[in-house]
Amino acid sequence: MGFFTDTSVCIGCKACEVACKEWNGVPEDGLDFTGMSYDNTQGLGADTWRHVAFIEQDKPIGNAESGIDHAGAPGNGATDMRWLMASDVCKHCTHAACLDVCPTGSLFRTEFGTVVVQEDICNGCGYCIPACPYGVIDQRKGDGRAWKCTLCYDRIGAGREPACAKACPTDSIQYGPLDELRERAALRVEQLHDLGVEDARLYGHDPNDGVGGDGAFFLLLDEPEVYGLPPDPVVTTRDLPSIWKHTGLAAAVLLGGITAAFAAHGRSGGRR
Amino acid sequence: MSEMSEGNESRVTREGVQGERPDREARIGEGLARRDGGRRGRRAEKAMVPEAEFSSSYYGLPILNPPVWKSLDIAGYFFLGGVAGAGSVLAAGAQLTGRPAVARALKISSLAAIAGSTAALIDDLGRPARFVNMLRVMKLTSPMSMGSWLLAAYGPAAGAAAVLDVTGLFPRLGGAATAGAAALGPLVATYTAALAADTAVPAWHDVHRELPMVFAGSATAAASGAALLACPVRETAPMRTTAVLGAALELAAAKWMEHRAGLVAEPYRKGKGGRFVRAGEILSVAGATGGALFGGRSRAAAALSGAALLAGSACTRFGVFHAGVQSAKDPKYTVVPQRERLAAAAEPSAKQSAL
Repeated sequence: MGFFTDTSVCIGCKACEVACKEWNGVPEDGLDFTGMSYDNTQGLGADTWRHVAFIEQDKPIGNAESGIDHAGAPGNGATDMRWLMASDVCKHCTHAACLDVCPTGSLFRTEFGTVVVQEDICNGCGYCIPACPYGVIDQRKGDGRAWKCTLCYDRIGAGREPACAKACPTDSIQYGPLDELRERAALRVEQLHDLGVEDARLYGHDPNDGVGGDGAFFLLLDEPEVYGLPPDPVVTTRDLPSIWKHTGLAAAVLLGGITAAFAAHGRSGGRR
Repeated sequence: MSEMSEGNESRVTREGVQGERPDREARIGEGLARRDGGRRGRRAEKAMVPEAEFSSSYYGLPILNPPVWKSLDIAGYFFLGGVAGAGSVLAAGAQLTGRPAVARALKISSLAAIAGSTAALIDDLGRPARFVNMLRVMKLTSPMSMGSWLLAAYGPAAGAAAVLDVTGLFPRLGGAATAGAAALGPLVATYTAALAADTAVPAWHDVHRELPMVFAGSATAAASGAALLACPVRETAPMRTTAVLGAALELAAAKWMEHRAGLVAEPYRKGKGGRFVRAGEILSVAGATGGALFGGRSRAAAALSGAALLAGSACTRFGVFHAGVQSAKDPKYTVVPQRERLAAAAEPSAKQSAL
């Protein structure tokens, strides 16, 4: 089970952020004024499991026209402006680096294919945080443990949809079986392309990508990095065989070098 | 009751049936009539595979969540693990070749260093009381898990080697402990490189082939420095050699790493990370050279060289740590290499379609 977030219908209401906080009892995470459009949340972290990004661009969406004659206005009155909004969340990767590197087994994969932290086991080593290629999981201040989206493990276990999807008024956030969502997403991209929204593309939907496909994937209207998403994330443990091999090689060089040095010097001058 | 219907059915209200909610087929971007009968030229231009340069980010915010590790704890943990691990190998060599003062000093320094590094690791935990959860599972995919088990085996061996040497009790058991610590020592010194490399941090992950070699060299130089600092000159000749070998390996691997990694290695030359790396280079070269030239003649020169080697190794580890944090905090180091990878993957197919 997973999420498909269709950002083309997101209206930036932040109902998902609020519903998530309310349902999961996520604490307050700072009340900043950032000047980043309407985004004062800034990004995912221990106390932000849904984050709505706001991007203002000098670019129209598809063939959209305001229908207003701006000919007399300064600067030729061009109003080629579009406002992208997107609700970001933990991707619940098929190959999840956070889960792979967790030394306590606190992070585990659920029967729904999602990735969840067991908070009674996490000892706050913080290894999962730099391991995540998306910058999702983080350490809660004053608590010391790592926290992130659970895809509402308690709700979906009881046959309900996650709080954010339930609260979303435009169905920008859709919850369901991944293959169904992928099918629906492909149709939606096709539809948008037909309407002239050539920028529409899916992100995280491909099971052959660097993380084996995301359990939460997106329809975006611009490059992923515009939304603060990595363009080609790869699970760090894909290189683990090479990492261990080179570590073993380095250990062998250390042992061999020191042995060779002692062999060259021989026994000490008999002063025992 | 509302929980019963999870879908988006229309609702019956006092005003009658409220039509279906605007569904997922919202015709965003459809706009009004196309005045010029089609897309205008400049708008029709859709960016093809973008140039592999950094053009856009989300308000310049990092893409990754940077490590929350405290530099003193984790860089210190890297450094002390190196002193301990390489020190155990040197101690065994010294014992086998009749250099008891060096053997004893390095067994003691290895015990002190591994105790210090374990304390640093525990101090860095968000929940130090749950430290034992590290031994709850054994996971090959987690260098921190493997490292915890390694420390659980190496720590007692290093401890027994030191205590039995100083007390003179059970010499055969002491010999076995010394051998055991020496066998595990090389991995204790280098696995921390795997720990750093097995993350999404660009300046750590992308140098995963070279970083263990940097750590091996740095650890050898540091443990050799400890011997030069603590032991009489007549016994330290092999350590003067290993200091040169270690420093040379550290520097060569670091240069190779910076050469290979390109953009991602920038933090090893810039900012706080760059300053530590530079200081580490200078101190390691000074310590190794000073030890080789004067360490055999003057006790003071040997001690000074040893201190420089230890400081150099510490600076290298702090440099690596800070370079990693810097690379995680700048979206450039995350986005550009990934863009280049995508462009490189797209190139063969683009060539094919052009034919």
